[in-house]
Amino acid sequence: MTTMQAITDQNGVKRYMVNLVVNGDHRTVVVKANTLLVNVLRDHLDLTGTKKGCELGDCGSCTVLLNGKPVNSCLVLAVEADGQEIVTIEGLVQQGDTLDPLQEAFIDHAAVQCGYCTPGMILSAKALLAKNPSPTEQEVREAIAGNLCRCTGYVNVVKAVMVAAKRLQEGRGADHEG
Amino acid sequence: MRMVRFIREGGKAMYLPDFNYYCPHSVQEACAILADLGAGAKVLAGGTDLLIKMKHELVVPKALVSLKNIRSLADIGYVEGKGLILGARCTHNDLVNSTLLHQRYLSVAEAAHQMANNQIRNIGTVGGNLVNAVPSADLPPILIALGAQVTLVGPGGERTLPLEQFFTGPGQTVIAHDEILTEVVIPDQSTTGSTYIKFGLRRSGALAVVGVAAAVTVVERVIREARIVLGAVAPTPIRAREAEERLVGNAVSTELLEEAGIRAATACKPISDIRASAEYRRDLVRVLTKRSLRRAIEQGHV
Repeated sequence: MTTMQAITDQNGVKRYMVNLVVNGDHRTVVVKANTLLVNVLRDHLDLTGTKKGCELGDCGSCTVLLNGKPVNSCLVLAVEADGQEIVTIEGLVQQGDTLDPLQEAFIDHAAVQCGYCTPGMILSAKALLAKNPSPTEQEVREAIAGNLCRCTGYVNVVKAVMVAAKRLQEGRGADHEG
Repeated sequence: MRMVRFIREGGKAMYLPDFNYYCPHSVQEACAILADLGAGAKVLAGGTDLLIKMKHELVVPKALVSLKNIRSLADIGYVEGKGLILGARCTHNDLVNSTLLHQRYLSVAEAAHQMANNQIRNIGTVGGNLVNAVPSADLPPILIALGAQVTLVGPGGERTLPLEQFFTGPGQTVIAHDEILTEVVIPDQSTTGSTYIKFGLRRSGALAVVGVAAAVTVVERVIREARIVLGAVAPTPIRAREAEERLVGNAVSTELLEEAGIRAATACKPISDIRASAEYRRDLVRVLTKRSLRRAIEQGHV
């Protein structure tokens, strides 16, 4: 089998059936081979929390987790992600409307200004904390090095990630400080 | 008018042109497809270089042949008598996190760690880094310094050649359009140390202004063997042979390493571009050659 399951329309355009597990849900889209993952998430699945910035893999605003690892969804073909697990920023909200401890910490520490880089920043941090629950400041900075912020800067973002890590370590989850 | 052009080109750039897509399950099958489709077909590994070129319409392939279903290409392993094998589809972060590399050639894991950023390192591949043949690429210098070989598989069979002979110019290699780079082998060796030092304008997401790799065999403070490879200062990665020759047979000293640095700087052929002037690059070669030799001599494979 050298191709995926595909259908060809009357104009001869071929479309592929792509199965993804997005934020825990099994989703199927039918797309042309040149469709990028970021466009499937935003345009087909209405998950517009994933942003498009440079679209060249430099800015990190389209960061999603692919099998737990942060990747630029602007550089991944949807067909290449077939059968894989994707987590977007929408997938971080826990039951009901409880925010992820990282999201809480970003709010508490004013780590968001225009917000465009925030989903990518949080997903990069999420992957870091899954692998390394008590990172050093240097490790946090390295983890978000592929996420560019052009307004508020990185100081409060780093602070927020450090606090979220500390709260998770202390088992306080989304509880506020003090 | 300029604005209209800007918008049109900008708008067009971010969507990919149409292409046919194949995802074969074996290297043989992939080569057969490439041979059948001719030069209009491209191999897709991680895509972090290829998709950007396609967005800019620098390449417009009629077909992409994906390696994603060829699982064997993603392994890192050690074969007694052959050496350490890096599958071409390993990502840069696979190298960064490889226990085998940490045990034997931490220098390779560290070189991978200095590339791009975490997101790119999670999808960009070793094979892609080599086949794209960017003169400033970070893996070639350290792999050449360690005497790595690459295996190319085509419809007619496979061939193995030193990575040093693989590159022919910027973006140019000896690979044929129907061949696939399947693995990189770092052979067993007597080297006692190796390292790669990159100078980029930022800590992350920056190409090397200069990259210098060194691998040495030092016995009782005497240098028995030395390989120095320079990146980003010639159309391809180059060996600094005059510098290597100066070192062999001599006892380690500050003066000796400085002389090697000067010889390496003389041997390179840098250009001036947006990142640095040729003079700056040349002097940086002198400094980084000295530093990388010092580190490989004193600290082993780091």
